[in-house]
Amino acid sequence: MDNIVIIGAGECGVRAAFALREEGFSGRITLVGEEPHLPYERPPLSKNCPVAVKLIAEESRYQDAGIELLLGRHVERIDRGDRSVHISGGERRPYDKLLIATGARARCFAGMEAALTLRNLDDARLILDALRPGLRLAIIGGGFIGLELAATARKLGVEVTVIEAADHLMARIVPGEIAAVVLKRHQAEGVKIIVGAGVTTVREKAVRLFDDRVVETDLVVAGVGAEPETRLAATAGLAIANGIMVNERFATSDPDIFAAGDCCCFPFGGERVRLESWRAAQDQGEHAARAMLGKAASYARVPWFWSDQYDLTLQVTGLPRQGLPHIRRNLSDDAFVLFQLDQSGRIVSASGIGQGNAVAKEIKLAEMMIEREFRPPAGELGDPAVNLKAILKASS
Amino acid sequence: MPQWVDACAVGDIDEEDLIRFDHEGRTFAIYRSPDDEFFATDGVCTHEHAFLSDGLVMDYIIECPKHNGRFDYRTGEAKGAPVCVNLKTYPVKVEDGRVFIDVA
Repeated sequence: MDNIVIIGAGECGVRAAFALREEGFSGRITLVGEEPHLPYERPPLSKNCPVAVKLIAEESRYQDAGIELLLGRHVERIDRGDRSVHISGGERRPYDKLLIATGARARCFAGMEAALTLRNLDDARLILDALRPGLRLAIIGGGFIGLELAATARKLGVEVTVIEAADHLMARIVPGEIAAVVLKRHQAEGVKIIVGAGVTTVREKAVRLFDDRVVETDLVVAGVGAEPETRLAATAGLAIANGIMVNERFATSDPDIFAAGDCCCFPFGGERVRLESWRAAQDQGEHAARAMLGKAASYARVPWFWSDQYDLTLQVTGLPRQGLPHIRRNLSDDAFVLFQLDQSGRIVSASGIGQGNAVAKEIKLAEMMIEREFRPPAGELGDPAVNLKAILKASS
Repeated sequence: MPQWVDACAVGDIDEEDLIRFDHEGRTFAIYRSPDDEFFATDGVCTHEHAFLSDGLVMDYIIECPKHNGRFDYRTGEAKGAPVCVNLKTYPVKVEDGRVFIDVA
């Protein structure tokens, strides 16, 4: 095998490229990135003002590893017949294995076209450079991106209104008890939060809600989720369903083409999931790299997410399920973790919130418990006097 | 010239755990391994600013509480993405039930 091409130079594609070398691949690696910037980490974009650019790797590391970076270029077409990609600028590169790591793009609903979105570095610069004390900022969507941006803007004295269509913030992944802590904190900081209110139209200076209320504003940002970037894969005839369909080795319906990260939909715990997660992007990139070299087993890494807002950090591991009860473990007056067990008593998720990294250890332990399909003795998770590390160790 | 600083008592650190130690504006992490040896590293992750003392120790690995960067605390070796820069380590000695680190 001589040629591997990776489409997408985000967290997933970059990780895959380096993992190929770590696994001993000595052929040519081409990494194609649409943005002109050296690959950077996305999570800081909503958390800091001015924009903090954090490179995934210094330029010299790509050179040292012999990874050919094509930046500011995009793949126009995948030719599965002769196993090559056509790259903007008229270049064609053959591949023996191809990895699609095209990520996701910011979603925009009808009526919201006038709103800005925050997905990449240029978006972040455009939005954050405009912030100043007294500016009225309306954020549509009370998810991680919207709320992190709200916290960042509020610290600068911006007048922030967050508009969320669901009945509570971060409803997709975060338990209500934790969302309530976040809501209270934003309100205490002076952010105006409107929940249960869909948006009908966005104009330059006004956001109109379903109930005909109008939020007057100077700047509108929509953070209403992301859609998998599947266009290239679809044109190439690969199977798509909420992302590019892959198997447990991240191979698509074409055995020479793999997909990983936010753009793919993979089997996990008996269902198909698509994650938008910094760490999953890395893990899957690494896994797909090994799979392309014929080395990977089934993927079983446990999902993990975090969000920083003010001095609060929330962390989630596993996939919280609607309808399963929570066991609450208080770590201090203002830090707690909620565990979910399935009917068989196996831990399936843990979500925590606290100042700084107060919940990090417990979440990590929960992640290991999920990975090991651990069934904790009844009553122990909720008892802060019980040392979770000790019971995990005792079980192994 | 070594510059030994009295950091803590042996009993201040649980087995297979760590504590944070601040000295003259610097932050260190001091570890007690499962086989009861002591080690010291810089106290802040090399990836982003986060105190390692909030992280979990399993065997000889400290995992950063922020973004899961992992290091072998005996050598400071970064164990892979997202961390690529090793942690600096410091000599440690135990005398009369006290843990000293050489901060020079």
